[in-house]
Order: sequence, then C-alpha cells, then structure tokens
Amino acid sequence: MIPDLQQLTIFDIHQLIRRKQLSFSELVQASLDRIEATDSQINSFINLNPNALEQANSLDNQFIQNPDLIDNKPLLGIPLGVKDLYVTQNLTTTAGSKIIDNYLPQYSATTVTRYLDAGAIIIGKLNQDAWGHGSSGENSDHFPTKNPWNIQYVPGGSSSGSGASVSAGQVLAATGTDTGSSVRLPAAFCNLVGLKPTYGRVSRYGVIAMTSSLDTIGHLTKTVAENALILSITAGHDPLDASTSSKPVPDYLKQINKPLSKYTIGIPKEYFIDGIDPQVHQATQQAINTFKKMGIKTKSVSLPHTDVAMACYYIFVPSEVSSNLARFDGIRYGHHRSTFGEEAMRRIMIGTHTLSSGYYDAYYRQAAKIRTLIKQDFDKVLEQVDFIIAPSSPTPPFKLEAKTTDPLQMYLSDIFLCPTNLAGNPSLNMPIGFTKEKLPVGMQIIGPHFSEDKIYHLAHHFEQETQYYKQTPKL
Amino acid sequence: MSKTKITLTQVQHVAKLARLPLTVKRSKKLQPQLSEVLDYVSQIGSINTKNDPETCQVIDHYNTFRRDKIEKHRVLTQKQALSNAPKTYQGYVVVPALIDKS
Repeated sequence: MIPDLQQLTIFDIHQLIRRKQLSFSELVQASLDRIEATDSQINSFINLNPNALEQANSLDNQFIQNPDLIDNKPLLGIPLGVKDLYVTQNLTTTAGSKIIDNYLPQYSATTVTRYLDAGAIIIGKLNQDAWGHGSSGENSDHFPTKNPWNIQYVPGGSSSGSGASVSAGQVLAATGTDTGSSVRLPAAFCNLVGLKPTYGRVSRYGVIAMTSSLDTIGHLTKTVAENALILSITAGHDPLDASTSSKPVPDYLKQINKPLSKYTIGIPKEYFIDGIDPQVHQATQQAINTFKKMGIKTKSVSLPHTDVAMACYYIFVPSEVSSNLARFDGIRYGHHRSTFGEEAMRRIMIGTHTLSSGYYDAYYRQAAKIRTLIKQDFDKVLEQVDFIIAPSSPTPPFKLEAKTTDPLQMYLSDIFLCPTNLAGNPSLNMPIGFTKEKLPVGMQIIGPHFSEDKIYHLAHHFEQETQYYKQTPKL
Repeated sequence: MSKTKITLTQVQHVAKLARLPLTVKRSKKLQPQLSEVLDYVSQIGSINTKNDPETCQVIDHYNTFRRDKIEKHRVLTQKQALSNAPKTYQGYVVVPALIDKS
C-alpha cells in the first residue's frame, strides 16, 4: 500500500507493519516519493540520506527474522527529518550555512544516536535559518523554505524545514532546536505540535551551539502522543553534556490518557495586549474557552518583566553567538570567515560589542540581572497556577520578504516565545485553529521546569477536544 | 533616552575583535542596523537591578566532572580528525603564519 504520511501517525504505521499491510521499504519509498513530488514547492530538505531505502530493505529482512524488534524499538523504520544543526556522522551537515557547506561529521549528536537506536531512519537534513538565526527560514544561506499551507508564506523558523516537512507529509517527525522560538514558531505556523523542553532535559551534545545557555533540543510532530513518545527517547542525562539533568525521565506516553486533573491555567495579561493580530487573539480566546469547557480553571496572572525580555534576549543571544561562532576559522573545517551570511555577521558584531571592554557591564551583565527577574516572574506565577497559556506568535504566518528588510522587525516575531528560553521552562506549541486565509495559529502551554509530563497530559486532552491535526495542507 | 549611534570606526574596531573581514560597503550597511538593535536593547538600562544577582544559566547543578578515562570508541583517528581541514601536511593541520620571520 502507499501510506499517506499526512494522515498516519507513528502508531498507525506500526500497526500496519505488524499486520503486514505495509513494509518498511514501502514506507520509506512513500516518504521519498512525497519529497520528490512536493519539495520543489516547499524546499524543506538540504540533502537526502542516500542509504535510506537500503536501510529500510535491511529492516524488512531483520523484521522477518525477528518480529519482536518492533516492540523494542519504538521508532522502528519511521522516516525522520533531522534539522541541519544536528551533526550526523557521514551525512553532510551545514547548519543552513555556506561557511561549512562541505562539513562531513565524523560523529553524531547524542540525540541522533538515540533516534537511531530507537530504529528511526534518517531521510535527510532539513533546511533552517543558518545557525538558528531567524524566525522565518529566510536566513538560510541555501534557499528559503515555504509554508505548505500557502507557499507565499513563511513556515516559521529557525526549524523551517522541520515544520514544512512534517506538515507536508514528507516525514513523520522532525528534530528541531528552540533557543527563542525555533521549534514553537514553525510548529505554530504549520499546524503542528512542537516541544521546547526544559533546558537540560535533552542533550545538546553534537548540536551546533547557538546560545549555549538558552539552546534546547526539541521536535515537531502532528500529534501530542507522537511528541510524547519521542521525548521519552531523547530525554535524559548525557555524560557528554554537563548541562543535562540527572532527574529521572517519566513515562510521558503513559500519563496522557489519564482523566484530566483539576488544573488551573494562568493567562498572563502582558501577552494579551494591543498589537496582537485580532485573528490570533480570537483563536486564543476560543482555546481558553475550550479549556473552560473541559473543566480547567483560569486565573489572570502577571509576568511584569515581559516588556524587557526581548531586549534581554537580544543581548544574551548575540553575545553567546559571537563566542560560539569563533570556532569557525576556516582552518580545521569550513571556509574563510568572510563566507558568513549577513545575519550571522550582524549577530557576531552585536555580541562582540556587548561583551567588549567598557560595554560588558551595561549590556551582558545587566541582561543577566534582568534574566533573574524574568525567571522569578515565571517561578512565582507557576506557584499559583499549573500552566501559563499564551499565543505563540503575535501574528499569523507572514509573507516571504515581509520582514527581511528590517532585522529588528524579524526579531520581534519571538516576543512571546523567548521569555521561556531565558527562564528555562518547557513550552509546547499546540494548534488552535486557522485564520480566514486558512493559515495555522498556535498557542503555548508553558509549565514549571521538568513538567513535560503534565503539559502533554493537558495538551492531549485539548487535542482530543479540538482535533486540528486532522486538517492538512494540500500540495 | 538618547539614541545609540555606532560610528564606522566602532564598527571596524568590533570587526577586528571578532576577526570578521568586513568590506567598507558591508560595514556601512551594518552600521545603522547595529545602531538600531543596540538602541533597542539599551532599554534594559532603565531597570533598577542594583541588588539582583546575575543568572547566566538556569540549571540546578554545577561543577559536573567526567571520569578521567579514555573512551576508546569515541576517539577519532588522525584521518577522521583531519578529514575536514582544507589544508593538511603530513598529519598536521596547516594554519596561517602567525610569526613574521622578518
């Protein structure tokens, strides 16, 4: 059979495999055929894994010999897209950039190894804003990715290829990184479930560093259950990443079907201001009403330092970026530093300035103090409520080139997303409907550190109630 | 609050610190963009933070050590380690000259 990857979940596919109604070769072939048919329109992939079909054939043989394999490997044969920021052994990794467009890693990121150990098949490396610098996908040094819902619009960034690829039905799941928006915004713009985990929940080893104190390792799927399944694979302590937590990893999937607890959600007044697109506002209000119908209590809360969070973020990011990109010297790998794209140069310059002698106290040090205040805002509110609900974006998806002439305008796309990165809290984007123009709108469910199990629980019930994942873009 | 204006000299100074070779054309293009962003982020100066501690990382542990043990399966061969270097010589990575012999 030819599986429609826009309609099927990982669980559906495994059921078909068990029933021998589908083979792994057919599955991977379907993914490759879909990419062939659609990627000239959306540009999700930078390069494809030439061995994907061979790996699927091999799995078909192994599965005949050992049918128990599918019980031990929860992602067995599942076509996966990997954001090009993740280092993949023997598969060119460019971080969306020209300066390392010929880099062939000799090792893989820890998370990549975990996906592979769970049986996944890497279909290819996904396009992104170079180095993670962007909110639309337009800062890729290669080409811009388009939104499958309407190819004149951006898919969100920086994990632009990840969002486009999953929603177009090319792969079942895609990896991403979220430093200030980059999983949740493409998830919101593409009608997907996108997780920004707690900082330290998932290993950053082998994922090219952007802002080391903010980077988180997330993923995008069509449904909450699939998202929970994947976190149970990627989460957990990694001796190769000293910032990972030793806290035990809950069984995320097990929790989600339990009856809803008496949760309270906080609605932060600073996130519902004039200037939000009226359709985003309406969709978010509707989502809050759905929560109320589900028996969830709501409470008005305040995150008073929201108005300076963006400024704080745009000091931390370039500062740490300027340090992390210093390694690209064109000596051990990559090309000359003059090959950096414009946005990368901008951020390196800003960050070098904010860290330089005479400016460090006014910029980075002051930003670090404000970060304390922002974190305290979240901690205090999450003592009163179980979750914070907020729009993911002040606007619906915007048109390509709408914000490319003014860097600051592009930065402001992250305004509701970046505070959670400063505080380190987990946040899940959930689809909450569409605009009149049939463009997706998303909402964040933010929880205390390491509360992904509860977030998934609430999100799963919301998803059952609303079922937006059933709608898919036509290409 | 006064507007943050970055001069071309400052741009060139920062480019030198960052080891970024910038053409004059690019420097001139970057100058107003840097000024605009720095002006925006400067609003943090208006918050009174005299007694607040700094937060540079949000994890609850520190001083994590690894065992002083070589993990052989992770060690790259010389060939692997050199495989991405543009210029190599007899097992070395070739770097630009740092010392002027004259």
